[in-house]
Amino acid sequence: MASITEAGPSSPLLAQAESSIDAFEREFAQARRRSRRVWLIGTVVFLALFFLTTWFSGFFDVRMVTLEDGSRAPRWVIPAGFSLLDDFVVKMLPTLDFSSWPGFWASMDDWFWGLEKWLGLLLESILIAYMATIFGIFFGFCLSFPASRNLAPNNFVYHVTRRFLEISRTVPELVWALIFIFMFGPGPMAGVLAVGLHAQGALGKLYSEANENISMRPLEGVKAAGGSWFDQVRYGAVPQVIPNIISYSLLRFEINVRASSIIGFVGAGGIGKEFYTALQLQEYTDLSAIFIIFLVTIGIIDWGSEKLRHRIIGLEGRT
Amino acid sequence: MEHASLRLENLTRVFGQTTAVDRVSLDIAPGQFVGVIGRSGAGKSTLLRLINRLIDPTDGKVTFGDTDVTTLKGRALREWRRDCAMIFQQFNLVERLDVLTNVLVGRLAGRGFLSSMAMQFSDEERTMAIQALDRLDLVPQALQRAGTLSGGQQQRVAIARALVQNPRIMLADEPIASLDPGNATRVMEALRTINKEDGLTVLVNLHTLDTAREYCDRIVAMRAGRVMFDGTAVQLTDDVVRDIYGSEGLEEFNEAVTSTAARVRETA
Ligand SMILES: Nc1ncnc2c1ncn2[C@@H]1O[C@H](COP(=O)(O)OP(=O)(O)OP(=O)(O)O)[C@@H](O)[C@H]1O
Ligand SMILES: [Mg+2]
Repeated sequence: MASITEAGPSSPLLAQAESSIDAFEREFAQARRRSRRVWLIGTVVFLALFFLTTWFSGFFDVRMVTLEDGSRAPRWVIPAGFSLLDDFVVKMLPTLDFSSWPGFWASMDDWFWGLEKWLGLLLESILIAYMATIFGIFFGFCLSFPASRNLAPNNFVYHVTRRFLEISRTVPELVWALIFIFMFGPGPMAGVLAVGLHAQGALGKLYSEANENISMRPLEGVKAAGGSWFDQVRYGAVPQVIPNIISYSLLRFEINVRASSIIGFVGAGGIGKEFYTALQLQEYTDLSAIFIIFLVTIGIIDWGSEKLRHRIIGLEGRT
Repeated sequence: MEHASLRLENLTRVFGQTTAVDRVSLDIAPGQFVGVIGRSGAGKSTLLRLINRLIDPTDGKVTFGDTDVTTLKGRALREWRRDCAMIFQQFNLVERLDVLTNVLVGRLAGRGFLSSMAMQFSDEERTMAIQALDRLDLVPQALQRAGTLSGGQQQRVAIARALVQNPRIMLADEPIASLDPGNATRVMEALRTINKEDGLTVLVNLHTLDTAREYCDRIVAMRAGRVMFDGTAVQLTDDVVRDIYGSEGLEEFNEAVTSTAARVRETA
């Protein structure tokens, strides 16, 4: 304090201050130049890769199409494809009779001729998703603790559980389904195992990330009182991650309903098989009917589970 | 065994370059109320953690009666931790569980896997927990979430948890450092009561000299991992403190925010 007043106006302190501001300006300008250069290079690389991949995947291809007058001419694939989609949608539209109510219902009956069978299969899909979610929650939950950096009892256990979770979520459900169909034959059981195994990997990963963000103090308290590793996890960690676990699990149920509808394609139970058959037989109106039923169901499930999730999060907030 | 004394022999713990605890030897008689003082980084917390075996020593050993604590493993180690209860500056409660369950955590050592995973406790254990809470005037809060209590209440819950462990020794790592003076006094009084009524050995880390003087039969002062002073409160005069820590060290102690007594005496 004293030295400043003594030093007077031409103080070396002031000079030093000026030069440090200059130095700051210089460094700032430098940093800005550097960040501009990085940005420029980044953009060029991004654009180059973008065009390379689009070209590679055939976005710029030209295809021969039949025109209105019957002649054939080359066209860019994208508009050519869209004109085919037109066709597809028209084929999916049912012929509905709007002249009278009884006629209308009769034509609807025609469209949804397999409603009972389809709803049954959809229910099967939902049950597969339900079982698979429970399976996934249970094993994902148990494995998430040894798979968390902060909780793993040792490195070996940590790496083994991590790798196991990784494998089970990297292999797609369809591939697991094929493997389980080979092992146990076609049917819902293969579906449950396939979707469940995949869900276990995905949930285990999410749960373990939640575990890695907890406070370690409660666990230390349990440990200091003589609690085992399991006690520390049960009393110290689980209460902290429960809300996350519930939220992730409900979300996973929604995802699993979609997954369990798809795996029917290869014969692992559920509505997927019917979808596949309709596609094979080119029964386009069946396809649209199943599609509508499916969309409505998914909508209801998503809506319900979202309500439930918010309810639970709300409860958490209040207490 | 019940009246065994705690003995530290050349206890040492090294973290990389720093020797947190450096050849500490102490003999603590049963029923003593011992305060450990020292500046931040002196190794006080490390010393308590070594005793409770939350960390393992690099060298030296801890014995309790005939038991060599440093070689314990598995169940025996967990039982030692139960016998040697510990409370922390930040309470270390499970904030999302209710107070009663937090206290029952003190009963976990050596119980069955399934009943502990199911959080099932016997009626005797619940009674024990309620009695402990009653000693600390916390029965009305028994079913409240621990996280909703005030700091002082949380620390008393931690003491109740320590009590149901039926410990022989009570370790406290700066139990009042995050409390206001009123709560700090209540917590220190609770420790004193336990020491007097149950005859428990208490070993407590403190930041403030006057608290140590007020409550402790014996004061151990540490600096850079070593014991610099070991004696009674009367022997620890301001001159001795200045000798050990220098005058800025003395100020640091006396000006610490948390203190159980409003300090009037100025040491300049
Ligand atoms: N887990 C650890 N890893 C590395 N160094 C550690 C660890 N624990 C403690 N130390 C170091 O050991 C020394 C003593 O730390 P300790 O926590 O025992 O001091 P303290 O006396 O309790 O201090 P405070 O009053 O701040 O709590 C410090 O230099 C600290 O940095
Ligand atoms: Mg400390």
